This record gives sequence, C-alpha cells and structure tokens, in this order.
Amino acid sequence: MNMIQTQPHAYKPADYKSAVKPVWCPGCGDHSVLVSFQRAMAELALPPEQVAVVSGIGCSSRLPAYTNCYGFHGVHGRSLALATGLKVARPDITVIVASGDGDGFSIGGNHFLHACRRNVDLTYIVMDNRIYGMTKGQPSPTTEPDWDTAISPGGTGVSPFNPLVIALASGANFIARGFTGDVGSCARLIVEAVRTPGFSFVQLLSPCVTFRDDQQKEWKKVTHEAMVPETDDPGRAARRLMSDDGFNLGILFRGHRAPYQPKPLADLDVARLEAEFAL
Amino acid sequence: MSASQAAEGLSIVLTGSGGAGVMTAGQTLLEAATSCGLYGLMTRSTGPQIRGGEAAAMLRLSTKPVQCPDDKFDILLALDFENVQRFAAELPLDSRSVIVADPSAGEMPAFLKASGAQVGYVEMKKLAKTVAGGRISMVALGALAHVVGLPESAIVEAVAASLGRKKPEAVKASEDAVRLGAVNAPALAVPKLRISTARPAGRWSFTGNEATGFGVLKGGVKFVAGYPITPATEILEWLAHTIPQCGGELLQAEDELASINMIIGASFGGKPAMTATAGPGLSLMTEALGLAVASETPVVVVDVMRSGPSTGIATKSEQSDLNIAVYGLHGDAPHVVVAPLSISDCLFTAQWSVHLAESLQTPVVMLSDQSLGQARVVVDRPQDVTFDTKRLTPVDPIEVYERYALTESGVSPMSLPGMAGGQYTADGLTHNARGTPSSQAQDHVAQMDKRRRKIDRFDFGEHWAEIEGDGDLAIVTWGSSTAPVREAVARAREEGISVRIIALRLISPPQPKLFEAALKGVRRALVIEQSHSGQLWRYLRAHYDMAAEIVSIPQPGPLPIRPGEALAYIRKGAQA
Repeated sequence: MNMIQTQPHAYKPADYKSAVKPVWCPGCGDHSVLVSFQRAMAELALPPEQVAVVSGIGCSSRLPAYTNCYGFHGVHGRSLALATGLKVARPDITVIVASGDGDGFSIGGNHFLHACRRNVDLTYIVMDNRIYGMTKGQPSPTTEPDWDTAISPGGTGVSPFNPLVIALASGANFIARGFTGDVGSCARLIVEAVRTPGFSFVQLLSPCVTFRDDQQKEWKKVTHEAMVPETDDPGRAARRLMSDDGFNLGILFRGHRAPYQPKPLADLDVARLEAEFAL
Repeated sequence: MSASQAAEGLSIVLTGSGGAGVMTAGQTLLEAATSCGLYGLMTRSTGPQIRGGEAAAMLRLSTKPVQCPDDKFDILLALDFENVQRFAAELPLDSRSVIVADPSAGEMPAFLKASGAQVGYVEMKKLAKTVAGGRISMVALGALAHVVGLPESAIVEAVAASLGRKKPEAVKASEDAVRLGAVNAPALAVPKLRISTARPAGRWSFTGNEATGFGVLKGGVKFVAGYPITPATEILEWLAHTIPQCGGELLQAEDELASINMIIGASFGGKPAMTATAGPGLSLMTEALGLAVASETPVVVVDVMRSGPSTGIATKSEQSDLNIAVYGLHGDAPHVVVAPLSISDCLFTAQWSVHLAESLQTPVVMLSDQSLGQARVVVDRPQDVTFDTKRLTPVDPIEVYERYALTESGVSPMSLPGMAGGQYTADGLTHNARGTPSSQAQDHVAQMDKRRRKIDRFDFGEHWAEIEGDGDLAIVTWGSSTAPVREAVARAREEGISVRIIALRLISPPQPKLFEAALKGVRRALVIEQSHSGQLWRYLRAHYDMAAEIVSIPQPGPLPIRPGEALAYIRKGAQA
C-alpha cells in the first residue's frame, strides 16, 4: 500500500507553490497542471518536504522548480529512471514525475515501457501537447502525421503513438486522461493516481498556445468524460483504449498489481561479508 | 626463469575445447595449491562462443603474493589441441617450458612446436575411460600435480570441496582418475613447487570485481543499479546477493542511461549509490554524469575497461578509457577519476571512491579493467581501512536554505527529501545558490568556481599515488599496469638498476605539486600504460610541468604488459 500519511493540519494549494516564476507562455496548459498538482497535494495533505517532483527536459519538465516540494530537473528523457532510483531508495517519499510527449515518449520511450512493467509506486504526469515547444515547434510521437513544421515539411507522414495503449500493454497499474481546461478534474485524477499503488500514468492534454494555437479551442470541443466507469479488466481496457478517440477523459484503467519494492534485509555489519572470501 | 627461481613459483596454463572442463580444472588447481600454502592468480581466456568453445585457464602459483601474470608459462597442459592456436599470442612458451599433452590429441599446433618446449605425454582420454565416471580433466590434474609436486590429496580434496560431500561416488571417481594421472605422469624436468602441509590462516580469494563490490559496500553504498556488460557484470552479480544483507538494494536497469539516472535519484534521496559498467556503458552515461556534476549529486561509476573503441574485444583488457573518463563530459565538469593499482587494490580504491563521492558531492569514476576485474587472486587478508565518510547535510531546523551556497570549501550542505525547510530542485540547468535556474553570467561563473574549488581544495592525502624507490630513472604508470611494472622494478634492482615508480591512483584532479615532488631528481621518466595512443602520457603532458625527459611507452591491449617487457624498457631507459 501507499506510504502516504495524512497530516492533522490542513494544507492549502499555495503551500506547494514556490516563488519561482514559470517560463511558460501565458495560456499554456502547463500552468493548469501546476495548479492541479497543488490542489491535489493539498487534497492529499502531503507535507511538501515529503514529496519529490522529478522531471526531464522540455516545457513541462520545468514544473518541479515551481513547486515547494523537493525536485529534480534532470536530463532529457530520463526522469522515470531517476524517479525509480529515488522511490526504491526512499519508499517513504511520494514521487511524482512530470514529463511531456517528447521527453516521455520519444527520447524517454524505453524508460516508459520499463517503468510500466516494473510498476514502482510512481505517479507519471505527461503533459501532452503533441509538439516540441521548447525547441520551437517540431513534431513529437503524438503529433498528427500531416502537421506541417519546418523540420517535417508537409508533415511526418508517420502515425502517432498511443501512449495509453502502450502503458496498458506494458503493465501500468493506473491509466487516466485529463484535459487541462478542467483543473478540478485534473487534480482529482492526480489524487487518484497518487493513491493507487504502483505505476500510475496520467496523460494530461495540455495545449500549446504558441505552436499549436488550434489545440485549446479544439480540445475544449472534442474532449468528453468517459461514458463508462473505470475498469480493472486489462482486456476490456485494451479494447476501450484501442478504439477511443484520444479525447476520452477520466480513469480508464485501474489494476491490482502489487508495486515493485525490493525489501532489504537487516542492515548488518558489512564485515560479515568477509566470509565470502576467507579461505 | 631459471630452475632455482621456478621453485618459488610456476606459471601453468590449462587449455582445451568446450566441455573439457578447463576452467573447473583451473579452479581446482588454484584451490589445491592454496591449501598447500601457496599464493596464486588465475586469469581466463575464452573464445567468442557463449557456451563451450576453447578456453584457457592461466595460473600463476607462488610462495610470494602475485598480482599479475609472469613472462611466460612453465607448463602448458593441453586436454586437446582444438583451436588452441587462437590463444597463441597469449601463451608465451620457450625451450624451458614443458607441454603435457594426450598422444591421441593429434598433431601439435605449429606455435607449440616452435616454442621448443619439452613435451610429455599422458593418455588422459584412455585412462579416464578406465574409471567409471572418470573425467579427462581429473586425469590431467593428477598428472600435473605429480609434475609440479602437489600432493594428489590436495587435488582430491579440492575436487571434493567443489562437488560437495553429498556426491561420494563422483568424488571417488575423481580420486581414482587423479591417481591414475599421477601414476602415469611423464618424467619432465620441472622444478617442484615449494609447498607446506598446512593451509596458512588469513588468506582470502577474490576477483577484482568481487573486491570492488566489497569495497563499495564498505564505503557505505546502499543502492546499486546496473545493466549487464562484459567484463563488469560480476560486480553487479556479487552485489545482488550481498547488498540486501547490508540494508540496500540492487536494481537491474533497462539500459545504462537508466542505471546512471537511477543511482542519481537514489543518491538525491540520501543513499550512497553506484553502478558498474564498461566502455560502451560509460559512453551512454556521460550525459548524466554531467548532471551529477551540475546538481552536485554524489555517485560512483566503476568502469571495468575492455579493449575499445566500440564493442572492441569485450573479454579482453585495455586501459583506453582514461580519456573518456576524464574528458568525456560536455562543458566544464570537474569530477574525480581514480584507478585501482592491483587486483587486491580494487577493494581499497572502491571504498575510497565512495568516500570521495560522498565528501565532495560529485561523481567519481573508478577505472578498473578486465585484467583486474576478472582475475582471481589468493592473497593475505587485506588491511582494514576506515574513512570518516559523511555527506554534509544542513543543521536542523533549517531556517534559510541555499542548496548551492557559496562556501569556502565549495561543498554545500545537501538536504534530503523529508527534511522540512530543505526543499530545493536539483538541476542540470545553471542555477544560483538557491538552486533556481539562472542564465546570468555571475551565477554561471560562481557555481563553476565553487564546483572546481571543492575538488581542488580537497586533501586526497597519501592515497593519490604509490611511490617507491629512488634514482634518476622513474616509471610513471597507473591502474593495472602497476603490478607488472612493480615486478620489473624489483628485478631491475636485483640487477643494480635503481628505479623509482610512481603509480597514480588518483588520475583526476591532477596533483601538480605532489607530482613535481615525486619526480624531483629524476632525469628520465618512462610512462608505461596499456593504450594505443598514450592516453596517460598525453594527460601528464597537459597537466604537469615536467623537467625530466618523458618517454611514452604505450602498449595497446589485449595482451597484458609482462614484467619482462617492462624490465626491458627499464634497462634501455637506464642507459645514458
């Protein structure tokens, strides 16, 4: 089970905010993710020093420094590996991972598979805007094949990646999708993700207002709450995720896999290991 | 080697094709010799096959501790001749050597004939068939024991120990086979080993990789992540079963990119952490090593070097990762690079690496190599060493906290998740003292100065190098080249040539003052190393002002530098 201890005194969302001003563009969905995160932490009443937010590189990965929690802004694509080391070494700390569609699904794709498979008790929030924003507008693994950019004139012609299906097939224990247009729903998804033991994957559709100025309006129109309640049946979840339109919001799968957490034996005197060598 | 010296020790190689049991026989021989009071070294060489294939178990048995192979083999025991020519360059033999072979093995390969070695035959195959469950390798060991003067009982006991007492029939079969081999051993002019009847107390047997594992645990490592890679995997395998007994964990990562990031995460959480890899893995890790530098997160990365570049020769040694270890990181990224000076020294240097990483909050790369890591030695129990290893943390309660405060030592108190008031975001971005990302020139320079300062001002103490001897001729060497050079220096002294040896355990940061003092009075210095481009020599030229004449002697892998080769350089260097 999760090691979260609810504190007697209440926390406010502002208790999780740092004084650092975000670099994000005005109107960027990532601002809403930050607010959702703060609300979720307050709801969970986690002391800020008991939470660590780990990220890679990209717009979304700037999030840790904007929180008042411990944070690690690492290298591109490796946030899940760093977070795995932290959580396994410090199971008492709540570890949240913040990533984007480029960081998480392209350069970090392999770690995504193995984090799902390993099922360490992490919450993985991927802010998906279907574009590389920080490098000024290149296609990511979730970009539509006909999206025209300078690096891919006329579009990539390559089908986008379906991260939720991959997560399910790889063994993630919790899969949800949210849209940053609804901060309250995103906060609730984060709360449930943290509360669910094991690897929890939350895709937050987070519009890029600079390089994808169509997204915000469009996603407001097309996103919709999931019609059916969450399932714990991977077969049913697979059919649902394979056939959904990419805008189905809510908790789409919640399994029962036990999280991966090696249990060290007693901390014995290292000198005992001499027996390994003594003749 | 003259007959009188040979009694001090013998070098023996066992060769054979897949399934012949060469490695097991080698282990048995080492164990038997150890039980008779000898020190020993065993290295192995195999063909590229995953399973089976030709193999050579190379042993050096001696009344004195040994840390490297000798110049040549006194005895080659061939269970068969299949593919043995693949090892030709690794098996120096001469006319004083002896070859023990099976007459049914067929034509002796040309390189063996050409050595001029004396040949003795035992009908190993035929004799083994006369014993139910008898193995050729046991007949061979019996014959070998007789030739070198080891009692049959020592071999039989070593076999019994490895088979376990539960298999009395197998032990009996081995005993009979060993006896048959001994009775039928050829008469060969080989000096007998000087043995004692009792096993001396306080001896240890380990490989360099195992010693490395033990060293990092002694240093306090509580978290390991790693990805399998030859020739480093044994470090991870040894730690996998030992670290849980020390309150720690080992994770097998999906790749080296993950291993290094996992240990950075664990260390950020307050657990001393390490990984082990080889050149290709180190290449993948260099980006995140820079992250550890910038975020000031202590980690230890052990690189068990093998012949490169690229996949190179995965199973054979070379000291050619010095450049990447020192210079591989982008940007100005001061960190620490160390190297064990012998198989046994893997223990000390690994422990020291953890101490340095934790004290300096920086990555430490330890450059071991295949010839150290995968060689087994029998030695006297190493001395215990203790360091006052403590990561500097803020004083509780934390009032105003600056993770990257500009301290005089350059080391700043590091808070750990869970410490209230100590929250900060570790970052690879240039940051200010608080840890907030900054692209301002003064923050960039101040933080670079601080990271440089903490390493430059640290007192590495006497461990930076091992220096012995005097005279105006010096040898500068490092890592695994040290052991053969030491032997060469000892032999040179017997010839009346005085030589100084400076073996560097601390590669980076350079220690110009200490090095200058070590070289005082030296007219000529030979830089002996196992690389093709003279990586150490170039490094020395870059960082040290050297008054002496410097001679670069680079010898690429995969063949080991032999003491006799180093002695030849010394003799030449001693001339005016």
